[in-house]
Amino acid sequence: MPTETVKSVYWKGVRDAAPFILVVVPFALLFGVVATEAGLNVVEALGFSVVVIAGAAQFTALQLLVDDAPTLIAIVSALAVNLRMAMYSASLTPHLGAAPLWQRALVAYFTVDQSYACSVFAFEANPHWTLRHKLAYFFGCVSPICPFWYLATLVGALAGSAMPDWLALDFAVPITFLALTAPMLRTPAHMAAALVSVVTALALSFLPYSLGLLVAGLAGMMTGAGTEVLLERRGIRT
Amino acid sequence: MIETPTLWFVIACLGLGSFGLRFVFLGMIGDRPLPPWVLRHLRYTAVAVLPGLVAPMVVWPAATGGQPDAPRLAAALITIGVGLVTRNVLAAIGSGAAGLYVGLYLAG
Repeated sequence: MPTETVKSVYWKGVRDAAPFILVVVPFALLFGVVATEAGLNVVEALGFSVVVIAGAAQFTALQLLVDDAPTLIAIVSALAVNLRMAMYSASLTPHLGAAPLWQRALVAYFTVDQSYACSVFAFEANPHWTLRHKLAYFFGCVSPICPFWYLATLVGALAGSAMPDWLALDFAVPITFLALTAPMLRTPAHMAAALVSVVTALALSFLPYSLGLLVAGLAGMMTGAGTEVLLERRGIRT
Repeated sequence: MIETPTLWFVIACLGLGSFGLRFVFLGMIGDRPLPPWVLRHLRYTAVAVLPGLVAPMVVWPAATGGQPDAPRLAAALITIGVGLVTRNVLAAIGSGAAGLYVGLYLAG
């Protein structure tokens, strides 16, 4: 579509990522609350969210510090939880690798589950987009997500009260990620990758520090690539 | 009680480490061409990581103390089903959320 301007693609990113506010806000509120309960002041809680900007890793580190684990263990564990970010980084490289270094650094800082998932979905659906379109879309996705991450952490730390249980907000994360993933399952290779990932992640969920997810991710990627090769050899278009 | 210097040390290390993980490929490789087999694997990153990330949350939700929960399982299946059929992210989120609340209401 030649009518797509960089500006319209940016706003498309904002609109597409807007539903994630519903996921990010309760998660960040909860972090603010838990951090306050652990004895952190408002600046420390907000500093955590701004510097690290990774919910699961923040919760992991905080929990281990509260439990008096050695500092090094807390750091290494939280980084292990974040290892999937390296896979996201690799996955974004073919799309955004040609951007100037400072823009790539900005993209890296803002690479979170939601901005990554939204962007990759859109990049695959719009192969005609130029680098400028893709960058605009990525930062469009970031715009409704990351500011709310900081803000809700701050509110949680100031308010210090938990969300009501009946909202079942724990399930906002699974629903939004499943909703993003299902439409991406276009080919048998994508389906096989997802299936292997689920089975492996469940089978290895006893491993500490989300290491099972890392194995599941690699197994899923190898399954997808392997299935693609197999189908190509048989002359089936994927 | 967490000591303040320890806390800021952890925050700084996590900040640098997380940025490093996010920057490692995007920053180091840039626009150098990747071999086809690498690209082939990268095409499946999203569908290989995201389902594995949420699968344990669906099967063993923290909110129920890790006990499998019918409303949450049903909501997950509805989300996947609607997403597969409609290819529409918002429709899938809406149906999944509706299914969850109806399920939780029926389960009492």
